[in-house]
Amino acid sequence: MASKNTGTNMPMSKKEMLASYRTMKTIREFEWRMFKEFEAGNIPGFIHSYDGQEAIATGICNHLLDTDFIGSTHRGHGHCIAKGCDVGDMVKEIMARSTGLCKGKGGSMHIADVSKGMLGANAIVGGAPPLCVGAALTAKSKKTGGVSVSFSGDGASNQGTVFESMNFAVVLQLPAIFVYENNGYGEATGVSYAVGSDDIAGRAAAFGMPGIKVDGADFFAVHAVAKEAVERGRKGGGPTAIEAVITRFDGHFVGDPQLYRAKGEIERLREEQNCIKNFIEKVCAEKWLTLKALQAVDAEILTMLDTAVATAMLAPHPAPAELYENVYETY
Amino acid sequence: MTIKTIREVLAETIAAEMRTDPDVFLMGEDVSGGAGCDGEDDAFGGAFGQYKGLVKEFGRERIIDTPITESAFIGAAGGAAATGMRPIVDLMFVDFIGVCFDQIFNQMAKFRYMFGGKSQAPLVILAMVGAGWRAGAQHSQMLHPMLTAVPGLKVVMPSNAYDVKGLLTTAIRDNDPVMFLQHKLLFEQSCEVPDEPYSIPFGEAAYTRQGKDVTIVALSAMVHKANAVADKLAKQGITADVIDPRTTSPLDEEAILESVEVTGRLVVVDEANGRCSMATDISSLVAERGFSSLRSPIVKVTAPHTPVPFAPGLEDLYIPDEADIEAAVMKVMNS
Repeated sequence: MASKNTGTNMPMSKKEMLASYRTMKTIREFEWRMFKEFEAGNIPGFIHSYDGQEAIATGICNHLLDTDFIGSTHRGHGHCIAKGCDVGDMVKEIMARSTGLCKGKGGSMHIADVSKGMLGANAIVGGAPPLCVGAALTAKSKKTGGVSVSFSGDGASNQGTVFESMNFAVVLQLPAIFVYENNGYGEATGVSYAVGSDDIAGRAAAFGMPGIKVDGADFFAVHAVAKEAVERGRKGGGPTAIEAVITRFDGHFVGDPQLYRAKGEIERLREEQNCIKNFIEKVCAEKWLTLKALQAVDAEILTMLDTAVATAMLAPHPAPAELYENVYETY
Repeated sequence: MTIKTIREVLAETIAAEMRTDPDVFLMGEDVSGGAGCDGEDDAFGGAFGQYKGLVKEFGRERIIDTPITESAFIGAAGGAAATGMRPIVDLMFVDFIGVCFDQIFNQMAKFRYMFGGKSQAPLVILAMVGAGWRAGAQHSQMLHPMLTAVPGLKVVMPSNAYDVKGLLTTAIRDNDPVMFLQHKLLFEQSCEVPDEPYSIPFGEAAYTRQGKDVTIVALSAMVHKANAVADKLAKQGITADVIDPRTTSPLDEEAILESVEVTGRLVVVDEANGRCSMATDISSLVAERGFSSLRSPIVKVTAPHTPVPFAPGLEDLYIPDEADIEAAVMKVMNS
């Protein structure tokens, strides 16, 4: 029976819905803020923005506990936030501070927090799926009822590691979920060129697992598909592949002039495939949430990010001796 | 004490650790064999039968046969290790590392450092190394220099059954990723091995012969050749320290330097190709930190800078032999 707070057609409670909005909007504002800080010269190296793909990380990780695992990509900030990594510690890490999530030794492309089940962003395209299969093996061996999710892009979907991992997960019937975020581009090459099949999800059947294609700009659709995949994994029903079709609003890296994109393409997509805009329109039209409630969340996020950045800018840089720490436990 | 072969000791050590630690499991191609077949279970028990019987005691949940997909199962071992298991994973021939090296050097070896000490990969990768089997260029390499060069990995190269048991026990209990490189010609090597578990620390070399005239550092199968040369020359009045480092990462630098301080002469024997090998590494160590002790130039005995040939005559020429080592010793004695 629907509860008092849940209309009969509501896909989740208002509380959960608002929390999902908070996660998506935190990711987006985080990425915009990191963009600004990068341009200001406050971030060493380079960063890859998840701007536009927020519904995927959020819709998937909504179903996960700290005891479930995820592996991520070079474009990993959104996955970290959705899996519960501390945003302030992430900013410190991206700004290379010794109090960062990885003590300033990882950086944007190597953020991890195993205590949250976040096994690591991964700067090797296709690097994470084998590791996630291993985490799924742990869940099965220890009978935790946990699942393991690997996030990969359309580019990584062509890697041999991915194919090997999908096969191995089927062979051992592991609680693994392979999420392919098809954002249309592998660096500066289009998916229609680089992916031989026009259907990444369709490959799953050949490996012996269900493959589902979903609109990555539709949070509620991602959430529903993920729910089924996670439940299947928890019940011992084996792996699932999910292809979420989306676009990215920024370049391959922040600062990418994106000469490979058509004129006006991004502006058009910000209107047509904007998961947060879609979310707001839907929840307001259905009267599930009020614009006022959402705006209150927005204000909190901005304040939180201001504090996070200000704190990070004052945080210490690693001391020279830290160069030699944590190579081995004992040596 | 019982005389045991390395082959026997491998299964015995793994079984002992699996009995006491439920997180330890063994995974690899045909570590049991027979899965999906109509014939015998445990048909292979490892490429050399070294794991025979383990599946009977521990079952297929803990003795896991994998598809022939090294990236998937070596990487999965890394992921399982990072999430609380202690995998032992069999790569079979070390030459196969080419198809899964990313998971080793870019992933598991870097977890602890890259993630600020908050992640780790406690696992052991067992692999066979070495030439002499007429197995050709893709089943005969050493490759330990390449692995020793990777920060975050530990590299073990045992030369006898006693060390295999002690070092493998240490490897399984260690919290860093360990490459355990077993020379394929040594599987039947035997010596007295205690039945009860014991561990040998990494980074502690063994003196397999003691002398005063020359230091011979040798690794893996080369230790036995160095010993034979030392025994022969001892009868002629030339005595040698033969040092088996046992692990190349960490390396017992002090043992080597202390020996050279006494003998003043160094021969390094390494079956790897000579360039950027342990022979060059140890030579450089002594040149930098033991130069004043040296009474003659260091001599290296290594394989040539070629792939491993198939033809028996050529392969025998490729592998350093006792005559090569003896000639090297005579060279440092006479210069």
